[in-house]
Amino acid sequence: MNGPVLILGAASGMARAVARSFAQAGHPIQLAARNVARLEDDAADLRTRYGTEVTLYEFDALALDSHAAFVAALPALPEVAICAVGAMGTQKGSEADPLAASHVMRSNFEGPASVLAHLANAMETRGSGTLVGISSVAGDRGRASNYVYGSAKAGFTAFLSGLRNRLAKKGVHVVTVLPGFVKTAMTEGMDTPAPLTAEPEEVGAAILKAVTRKTNVIYTRPIWRIVMAVIRNIPEPLFKKTSI
Amino acid sequence: MTELSGWGRFPRVDCRVVTARNEADVRAAVLEAPLIARGNGRAYGDAALNAGQTLDMTGMDRMLSFDEGVLVAEAGVLLSDIIHTFLPRGWFPMVTPGTKLVSLGGAIAADVHGKNHHIDGSFRSCVDWIDLMGPDEVVTRVSTGDDMFDWTNGGMGLTGVILRAQIRLRRVETSWIVQESRALTSLADTIAAFEDTMDVPYSVAWIDCADGPHHGHSILLLGRHAVPQDLPMRKPEFKVRHKPKIPVPFGVPAFVFKGFMLRMLNSAYWRLGKFRAGEALVDWDTYFYPLDGLLNWNRLYGKRGFVQFQCALPKDTASEGMEEIMRTIAASGEGSVLSVLKRFGPQSGHFSFPMAGYTLAMDFPANERSLALMEQLDAITLAHKGRFYLAKDARMPEAVAKADSRAEAFAAMRAKAGLKKRFTSVQSERLGL
Ligand SMILES: Cc1cc2nc3c(=O)[nH]c(=O)nc-3n(C[C@H](O)[C@H](O)[C@H](O)COP(=O)(O)OP(=O)(O)OC[C@H]3O[C@@H](n4cnc5c(N)ncnc54)[C@H](O)[C@@H]3O)c2cc1C
Repeated sequence: MNGPVLILGAASGMARAVARSFAQAGHPIQLAARNVARLEDDAADLRTRYGTEVTLYEFDALALDSHAAFVAALPALPEVAICAVGAMGTQKGSEADPLAASHVMRSNFEGPASVLAHLANAMETRGSGTLVGISSVAGDRGRASNYVYGSAKAGFTAFLSGLRNRLAKKGVHVVTVLPGFVKTAMTEGMDTPAPLTAEPEEVGAAILKAVTRKTNVIYTRPIWRIVMAVIRNIPEPLFKKTSI
Repeated sequence: MTELSGWGRFPRVDCRVVTARNEADVRAAVLEAPLIARGNGRAYGDAALNAGQTLDMTGMDRMLSFDEGVLVAEAGVLLSDIIHTFLPRGWFPMVTPGTKLVSLGGAIAADVHGKNHHIDGSFRSCVDWIDLMGPDEVVTRVSTGDDMFDWTNGGMGLTGVILRAQIRLRRVETSWIVQESRALTSLADTIAAFEDTMDVPYSVAWIDCADGPHHGHSILLLGRHAVPQDLPMRKPEFKVRHKPKIPVPFGVPAFVFKGFMLRMLNSAYWRLGKFRAGEALVDWDTYFYPLDGLLNWNRLYGKRGFVQFQCALPKDTASEGMEEIMRTIAASGEGSVLSVLKRFGPQSGHFSFPMAGYTLAMDFPANERSLALMEQLDAITLAHKGRFYLAKDARMPEAVAKADSRAEAFAAMRAKAGLKKRFTSVQSERLGL
């Protein structure tokens, strides 16, 4: 296994770690994000550390009508495509302004689903490949404190699950990644409990392992599986009264 | 707000921590409020703490280019990362402190020294240039010969934020070290042995300070990079892998660091060393970073943390001064678990710590009695024309720091260049830098 790995939304802290894990494992890396100039240093880093080949692509998750051309223009259809696109916004902002909410929903669901749909079709035709979607434990149950983001991630999680179901017979594997808290720009300033907070490197290593072993769903820190099982199972009448 | 401390876990300060992942993040932070840059938090005291804004640079950890030992990298890259990347290709840092878990920016800011200072000088001797963001958010590339280069190496982050730098690595033929260890029974013997081995690249002595100078048992470790001919058959020339870390339990009863127990500990270490004296082939990690294998060993001292005392004394007063320091420690009954003695070559840079002579580093639990003891050690150091290492300091009074006339010059330069208002740490405020 050493075909190219495409990383969508490559400017995020998590994407940087994921790219390093795959580059270290010997894959050429395709980095895609808005404003590719920002990725020059990351590309230099991957080349310097691992001697890998790195190429950069302009990509806007929200420009849905550009996705077909984006996928078609890749010099090689990747062996693995990882979507790390996302935007948290703030719950307050999303509540006050439905347009802001729409931006969060489109960035976390519509955009990622669209580009993965194009890649899925191409991989299905080829008969091989792995798609990785970075969703979130926030999608496991809507909570007052971030249900706009959570609902978009819930949609994305369901999309990935369906895609996996559809492509399983076609040689294409789909991995759903459910990170809890990860130390990135997104969680900066948030007071996240240490045992539940992963380093980006952990996520990178976990995704590489999941791709290699064809795991379906991973929680980056296993404890989240238990935490979310509990949260999902709190009866609604009780859940209404909590504020988690 | 995050409760932060240096490696000694003393003092602890609630800080607003901001992470930089690229130059734009640093620019925004510099424009926002006064700040101090922070690397990997391996300075012992308060050098990398600022309540209003502490800028975590570990997110800027990209290596930008490498060509025949010349590396350009961002300031947040750790030395361990550099070693794991380039040692398998035959390159090793020119100068390394006793832990590999320091950032490039932290190594430059403290102008760290290694076991080879007497031959290779401090970290600055491998630095070609530094990209520094000043108070006006302008980035300047300072290099050898520039005044600001001299102030920045050893400037403890108080001259601006180090964004990236070009450094040179050293060619090595293997990842192994040929180590010779000698067991010595007094401070005088130890210093004489250092003087005899000036041509050996690496040297360090672990010395028992609790026992007074004349019984100052020490284990002197000499080392050089092994060449393939030194290796037994079938030993790989380069072995570089992540070793699992052993967790250290939180806190050890205070009596361990006192009196009888402490003497037992030191004497056991010495006996073990004596038993093992002679030549051995050891791997790079064991030789350079014996403590890195223990995860969070800084928690050994419990909740209150610990303070390190590290001074340098000029060559002509060193043996007398060190003897007095050791006598004073022995008399106090307080003790340092293990103390480290190293030889220094000549001073370089405007404000760096090393000076031609000897340096002694010791850990003490952070309590009233050892703080009082350290005040006595301050006085002895000053009386012998010595100076103190800011990367280890957590408690010096301003007057002691300012006894080094370079501190006054540094503060004046900072005021004049408009650095004083932008770049401040708990330490710089305490010492009036
Ligand atoms: C076990 C152990 C052994 C050690 N052995 C040695 C030794 O042998 N020799 C030696 O010299 N030191 C030694 N040290 C001290 C250590 O090398 C220094 O304190 C070093 O500066 C730590 O680097 P850091 O990245 O952790 O920096 P921090 O502790 O985070 O910061 C240290 C200083 O560097 C500044 N700084 C960090 N990054 C930047 C940046 N990007 N721009 C501007 N300023 C910055 C900070 O403001 C602060 O003043 C040792 C420390 C430990 C824990």
